[in-house]
Amino acid sequence: MTTDLNFPGLRSGVELVPTADGPQTGKDFTSDQEVRWCPGCGDYAVLKAVQGFLPDLGLRRENIVFVSGIGCSSRFPYYLDTYGMHSIHGRAPSIATGIATAREDLSVWVVTGDGDALSIGGNHLIHALRRNVNMTILLFNNRIYGLTKGQYSPTSEAGKITKSTPMGSLDHPFNPVSLALGAEGSFVARTIDSDRKHLTAVLSAAAAHRGTSFVEIYQNCPIFNDGAFDAIKNNDTKADAIIPLVHGEPIRFGAPDASGQGAKGLVRDTETGGVRVVEVGSEPGQVSADALLVHDAHNPDPSTAFAISRLTDSGYLNQSPIGIFRQVERPTYDDQARAQVADAKAAAPGDRAEKLAALIGAGDTWTVA
Amino acid sequence: MSIQQGKQVKQLDRVIIRFAGDSGDGMQLTGDRFTQESAVFGNDLVTLPNFPAEIRAPQGTLPGVSSFQVHLADHDILTAGDAPDVLVAMNPAALKANLGDLPKGATIIVDTHDFTARNLAKAGYDTNPLDLLGDSNDPLGAFNVQPVDLTGMTVEAVKEFGLSRKDAARAKNMFALGLLSWMYGRPTEPTTTFLEKRFAKVADIRDANIAAFKAGWNYGETTETFVVQYEIKPAPMAPGTYRNITGNLALAYGLIAGGVQSGLPVFLGSYPITPASDILHELSKHKSFGVTTFQAEDEIAGVGAAIGASFAGALGVTTTSGPGIALKSEAIGLAVMTELPLLVVDVQRGGPSTGLPTKTEQADLLQAMFGRNGEAPLPIVAPQSPGDCFDAALEAARIAITYRTPVMLLSDGYLANGSEPWRIPELADLPTIDPAFATEPNHRPANAQGEDAEATEFWPYLRDEETLARPWAVPGTPGLEHRIGGLEKAEGHGNISYDPANHDYMVRTRQAKVDRIAESLPPLVVDDPSGQARVLVIGWGSTYGPIGAGVRRVRKAGYHVAQVHLRHLNPFPKDLGEILARYDKVLVPEMNLGQLSLLLRAKYLVDAVGYNQVRGLPLKAADVADAIGELIAQAEGTPVDLTSPVEEALS
Repeated sequence: MTTDLNFPGLRSGVELVPTADGPQTGKDFTSDQEVRWCPGCGDYAVLKAVQGFLPDLGLRRENIVFVSGIGCSSRFPYYLDTYGMHSIHGRAPSIATGIATAREDLSVWVVTGDGDALSIGGNHLIHALRRNVNMTILLFNNRIYGLTKGQYSPTSEAGKITKSTPMGSLDHPFNPVSLALGAEGSFVARTIDSDRKHLTAVLSAAAAHRGTSFVEIYQNCPIFNDGAFDAIKNNDTKADAIIPLVHGEPIRFGAPDASGQGAKGLVRDTETGGVRVVEVGSEPGQVSADALLVHDAHNPDPSTAFAISRLTDSGYLNQSPIGIFRQVERPTYDDQARAQVADAKAAAPGDRAEKLAALIGAGDTWTVA
Repeated sequence: MSIQQGKQVKQLDRVIIRFAGDSGDGMQLTGDRFTQESAVFGNDLVTLPNFPAEIRAPQGTLPGVSSFQVHLADHDILTAGDAPDVLVAMNPAALKANLGDLPKGATIIVDTHDFTARNLAKAGYDTNPLDLLGDSNDPLGAFNVQPVDLTGMTVEAVKEFGLSRKDAARAKNMFALGLLSWMYGRPTEPTTTFLEKRFAKVADIRDANIAAFKAGWNYGETTETFVVQYEIKPAPMAPGTYRNITGNLALAYGLIAGGVQSGLPVFLGSYPITPASDILHELSKHKSFGVTTFQAEDEIAGVGAAIGASFAGALGVTTTSGPGIALKSEAIGLAVMTELPLLVVDVQRGGPSTGLPTKTEQADLLQAMFGRNGEAPLPIVAPQSPGDCFDAALEAARIAITYRTPVMLLSDGYLANGSEPWRIPELADLPTIDPAFATEPNHRPANAQGEDAEATEFWPYLRDEETLARPWAVPGTPGLEHRIGGLEKAEGHGNISYDPANHDYMVRTRQAKVDRIAESLPPLVVDDPSGQARVLVIGWGSTYGPIGAGVRRVRKAGYHVAQVHLRHLNPFPKDLGEILARYDKVLVPEMNLGQLSLLLRAKYLVDAVGYNQVRGLPLKAADVADAIGELIAQAEGTPVDLTSPVEEALS
């Protein structure tokens, strides 16, 4: 996993946010509120990772804002001693857009879930992504509705038996990464709650990215959807289940071959235009290592990233690419909105009150003595 | 401007003119220019634009008719007038659609050119009514009809510019404007200057429009068709500098003023909707005032972003109409719960659902009052005239910022597009608003030792004793980090609380905070000149004009009536109950089925009587006068005759 942006001159996502006077610890970011998720919930791991990572970010605590919607994960802001708002269902990206646009000196984070972001708030998510507002969206995907006690979600596999679908759900699920890439997100990544190291590395890269950083976090709900990610967490199966994406490196996975590298890899599929999984080697039917697809997260064209995202199982998760799918530079909405205001101010300098008097006194006027 | 020799000049104290044509005929522009000319001339005036929701409804049809009515006078007037004295009809549909509104003897100027068989059929005429002029069965016999080939003469007047026939004919509205400008002695310079600017980049179109405008003027001056020129003297007005202004423009300026007077940047989150979009358009031009405009993906995102901006320390504003309020309801509830300043502007239109997008109504009062889940009180402010939208917006900003609350500003389609002369306020006369951001911890920890131990904690729900407002601590303020949200908060420290007693206390406290605003309101102005009135008429919003004009009629006829108009709908001013109790009868004219009536009856147990119309148009002064007269007859036990001694309809 590399977090090197490799973009000379690229502005950081936190460039304009004041930095802390001295070293900070996770404790500095821990609020006095008792954490109230279910025992074993994947949210604890993400919270720990964020509290552990924020000190490394080195920003002033008062310049960080966490905004959430509704759902289990949306309690997140209460547990962080920063500014925060636990808002309404699905709307966190719109509220965060207002905060990020109004203030260049804030590091803005959205914490959301698969129901909050992809069902009731789907519209705000895709529009935040296309606008590229400078914020980081953490989508906790447990593939189930937890807070309402166990209905299927927009990422649940079709046919899922839940309280609201005793004969099986009929909905085809969203692939959040495909959706974000389709909305032309400038930073799109996926990570796992239980892999602290990977999670932290992705969070670092997401915070450093200027624009909307979208991070899907696979998160286990032990109460209503336990085991949804077992294949990628289980030591026996995860080598074949996780397709690691590292910028600049050939995409290989699976149990190691004689060379010590994954026996499987990705190549372009010239027939479909997508990518497919092959066995690496020199035997008939195998593909040589140098023909493997080299991951290019910085490719301005999102097509390959999208093709890779399609390797995610839509049913039970036996296979999923993990890592940073895409990270490209694109002007952000908020920077440009502030620039327009600044340009307009520069073009019409002066005291606001005097300008107001001139504005309301303009046009065809007449004076009555 | 000189009155020409050889023509008779007649003095008028007032006139109501309606320009009507196809939506593509430029009637709004024509009316607007005539209005500007009259404003600069110094008449008092009120306008009523009326146009279809379709951008280009099928040409020549009744639904496609667009009109602009202007009432100008040499004295103070309050409404755009009940019935036009002059109708300019650019096609058969415009004639047919407006004929029913004309009183006997009204003047009709028609463009004969468009009275073709096809256009007549589209308007539903079997025979050309112009062919029957003067006949015994003349359907227009009750009117003074002036058939003029406006289009033909326009094409002739602009032929030197080499335009296509279609483009040439499009200047006909300027010909009509020129003719009317001559008839009423309007100054022509403002319109020529306007046309030069508007078409600066297309010389031939600019020249053709100016030529058509002048040709229309000259036609009036030379033709024998028009023998009378009318003069309406300037109206006496309070000293000051004036301009003509629409409600939406005044409201936009008021929002900018709210930012200037509070020292806050303004953040508008909005989704386009008729009839509110002009406010978004206008504010987007004024970024130099520190105004940010965000055209959101939907109504909810518009208010969401505004709430976010308020949390971040800006003056968050969202503008919409009734359907948008319905969509924003949950977010407005969040602003009630988080107690953040927020301006919610509802430019009301006909409802329910999509309703009548371009027509006016005031049927969102109860939605503003109660349209949220739970006990979610918020202050409501309403402007009473186009120019008053400026002051109302500033007042809404004062309340929102001072009391940390969303405020609903209820304008309507009539105010939004209608215009009137507006005395431009002096900046020094505007109120200043103190955002009073929290900068320091405000609470001493429970375990702190000693009386003078310093506050080291920040409690986001520790309230100001006078206003009950909570502190507004914006991100970036060290030591005041806190979390707010839609869940119930414990009074004081603001942590999540499901405690029954706390919830009961917080519900009552949020209500008490809104009620407390009444302490900051001036006493109501009761207009009861004789002091003998037994009937009080009370209204809110844009009905101010027709109610005021109706009251004047009643008084002219020798009867007593008192009038009160409410700017604040929630909370009501403190003295309202006492004022209502002073009168035997209370009349509440509204463009809804009795929403203010319902609130007054509920709060004051007063037997309020409604006068209600929901026609998508302003109330008519004569109808309001009749309703007042009926109540006076009941209150005083005598018949009421409003026709005497009034000689003619007044404003």
